[in-house]
Amino acid sequence: MTATAIEHGHEHDHAADDHHHTGEVDLPTYQEYTRRNRLGMWLFFASEAFLFLALLVTRFYLWRGPHGEVVRPELDQFAGLVVTAVLLLSSYFMNRAEVSIANDKRTDFLASLLITAALGTAFLIGVVVWEWGMFPSIVKGHLKPTDGVFGAVVFGMTGMHALHVLSGVVLILNVWWLGRKGHFSSERHWGVEACAIYWHYVDLVWIFFYPAIYLIGSTIEVPH
Amino acid sequence: MSLFTLGIARGLVGQVLGMVIGMLLTCAVRILLGWEAWAAEPAWTVGAVCSIIGFLLGVGSLDDWLKWTKGIPTPMHHGPPVDKPAWTRYFSVDYNHKVIGVQYTVWGILLLMVGGTVAMIFRTELARSGLQFLGLDLYNSFIGMHGMIMIFAILLGVGGMGNYLVPLMIGAEDMAFPRLNALGFWFNVPGSILLLLSLFVGGWDAGWTAYPPLSARGPIGYQLFFLGVFAIGLSSIVGSLNLLVTILRMRPAGMSLFRMPIFCWAVFATSLLQLTATQLIGTSFLMVSVQRAIGMGFFDPRGILGEVSPMVGGGDPVLFQHLFWFYSHPAVYIFVLPGLGIVSELLPVFSRKPLFGYKWIALSSLAIGIVGFIVWGHHMFVSGYNDILRIPFMYATLLVAIPTGVKFFSWLGTIWGGKIHFDTPMLFVLGAISVFLIGGLTGPILATVPTDFPLHDSYFVVGHFHATMFGGFVFPFFAALYYWFPKVTGRMYNETLGKIHFFIMTPAFWVQTLGQMGVGVMGMRRRIADYDPTLGAGQIESWQLAVTIAGFAIAFGVMLMLWNFFQNAEVGVAAGDNPWRSRSPEWQIPSPIPEHSFPAPLRVVGEPYDYGLADSGYVTTASPGDD
Ligand code: HEM
Ligand SMILES: [Cu+2]
Repeated sequence: MTATAIEHGHEHDHAADDHHHTGEVDLPTYQEYTRRNRLGMWLFFASEAFLFLALLVTRFYLWRGPHGEVVRPELDQFAGLVVTAVLLLSSYFMNRAEVSIANDKRTDFLASLLITAALGTAFLIGVVVWEWGMFPSIVKGHLKPTDGVFGAVVFGMTGMHALHVLSGVVLILNVWWLGRKGHFSSERHWGVEACAIYWHYVDLVWIFFYPAIYLIGSTIEVPH
Repeated sequence: MSLFTLGIARGLVGQVLGMVIGMLLTCAVRILLGWEAWAAEPAWTVGAVCSIIGFLLGVGSLDDWLKWTKGIPTPMHHGPPVDKPAWTRYFSVDYNHKVIGVQYTVWGILLLMVGGTVAMIFRTELARSGLQFLGLDLYNSFIGMHGMIMIFAILLGVGGMGNYLVPLMIGAEDMAFPRLNALGFWFNVPGSILLLLSLFVGGWDAGWTAYPPLSARGPIGYQLFFLGVFAIGLSSIVGSLNLLVTILRMRPAGMSLFRMPIFCWAVFATSLLQLTATQLIGTSFLMVSVQRAIGMGFFDPRGILGEVSPMVGGGDPVLFQHLFWFYSHPAVYIFVLPGLGIVSELLPVFSRKPLFGYKWIALSSLAIGIVGFIVWGHHMFVSGYNDILRIPFMYATLLVAIPTGVKFFSWLGTIWGGKIHFDTPMLFVLGAISVFLIGGLTGPILATVPTDFPLHDSYFVVGHFHATMFGGFVFPFFAALYYWFPKVTGRMYNETLGKIHFFIMTPAFWVQTLGQMGVGVMGMRRRIADYDPTLGAGQIESWQLAVTIAGFAIAFGVMLMLWNFFQNAEVGVAAGDNPWRSRSPEWQIPSPIPEHSFPAPLRVVGEPYDYGLADSGYVTTASPGDD
């Protein structure tokens, strides 16, 4: 889905250029293009919401105890808390980046983007190394993907979310690079806005996923 | 000019290269992990993913975005390519919605022919009991293949009509996101190729619904099938997003939502469903795919959680059915709502009367779409889910009859007392109504729990959904092809041939669908290559033969239509700008439509369907200074 994000990320930051080239028809203004892009972006989120909802439904459907009660696996609570905090913090810096470019504070803008990307990467490392235990020599994870429905759902949900975080980090780095080349201005920065709302959206999804995976339901004794 | 000036040729090379690179990559990773280098399933799966990307890179659909990531401006180029013949634009990436609409439609018709051919093969097998020339597995792969190819074809036909017509009907210069629009089309090409390729790596024998546990265990073909569906799903999502933004933001001043041509309402409702529900078929297939690939046991029914440890089992195949039908029931409305919109669009033109109850029709599309989300369980009455669920799903399903009925009565009201012109498009619209009625009336029989028990998984269901899909898509789609052919080409098709097509296809279809229902009631099951010739008091073989003959007659009719179009596209009689005397914006401009459709922004000066009201118009295309 990154393609969509990128279409919305930069479509018609060059609207004015278009205008000079064709001249035959009245092209809409940059503001109108931005309104279209914004609507497109929100529709994209609506679509994605159904993907994440499907995963949440799967979690509550499959994680049931002997009497139908909601259960959850034993996971590393500390790891969950830390990565969640890191992701929430990153959203603050993403917002700061957007506000900075709107006020033409370029240094702040670029620095905030880099911090956001770094925090996003930290989140990814936290999930992949710490929670998944991809590198057992560093941390041994609690679950493998093949560990029944616990493994399947934990890896399914965190994996799908991590994929979105990863594409978000790539997008942020791309925006940062373009920003350094002076691509955005206080009036024209739809690319930054798109990147920011995408990031907040991915963050929001985690706010639903985190309790579903880590907090809701009772842990049950698992005979090993 | 070399072959590689055509984007599609470069795309195909890209797809092959992508496949090879993906396979090599898989081998390399496996060697690094110290495993045996070649494993067929992961290699084909990763290869298939890379092959989709390879195609898109090759065809050039990603070029502009790649430039954006580097901050290079990409001004929009209008018109045919400068250094190549004009026709090549239809085989390459082009951002004009009229070109993309034709691309969708033609690719859809091609798939319709492939899917039809597959059907002819297994229908021949079914004409007699016993196994003639198809094995059991191949037969099952064929029926699944027929089903899914036809679904692709329908989605492409829907996309074609939406892309071509919506911007014209609301007087927009193009779609809101032209690049995304092109991408939306090009996803379909590698997707359909993967689907066809799956036949050569074992096929998939669970039918188009691909229920686990069978689909979690069958041949590699399943993975290619899932990825093909993925590609088409992405196309659906980006395409519907585009149409929604276009309809919501690009209408001219004065064209409120309730003053749009009614087809736009149908597309609007369809797009809402496509945008959201498609994610669910994607998710459910993805889950089966990863269950096969890395053993994540979502649907692995080893024991029930609580009896066994959730660390080894607990999966549930019924969950798949919930997720799958949450898309695939709304999907049936995705297939038919645009077609029903075509019916509502054409009836006033050929009856020379206003559309009866415009607002009700518009809202009924929306209502069908919304109610369509809460009825998926009617496909699962015998799945073993909680008995209690059957009741709400039954009543919710019966509720759909209300907005559907609204449409029927509005159609009758529109024809009533009109001066009806029986041109070919109108004949197909009337045929659509007759056929959709058969499908619609058999729906409640299946939706009622006690009657569904014996009929579920029988050929009766096959008869039901062929009637709804032919009535809701195929007949209206053909009507649309005949109706807008003169607009697209500027030429008229041959009316006599058109009428022959209609009078062959309609009775043949009645025989086919009623025949299918008949053998179903006799006890013929779906998805079984063989049947007992003594069923139906020994009558079943003659019924099956009748269905097969009817199927061939339909295929013949379709060939007639294609020949008719082929013959007349370039040399037919000039059609004039508005042969049907329509009020819709696209008929107020020249045929074929110039590169920039409208010389000036549309001005709305009246109601869309005031046929018969002298001296009234719907829109003017002249700029205000002209009058
Ligand atoms: C709008 C047009 C319709 C279309 C395109 C359509 C399409 C379909 C399709 C494709 C299936 C078979 C799915 C499979 O492969 O198992 C099906 C089954 C079914 N349809 Fe429809 N349908 C339509 C209208 C209706 C209506 C109006 C009703 C009820 C009021 C209805 C009730 C059912 C039921 C209950 C089944 C499940 C039968 C079974 O598997 O036992 N359908 N329909
Ligand atoms: Cu249904």
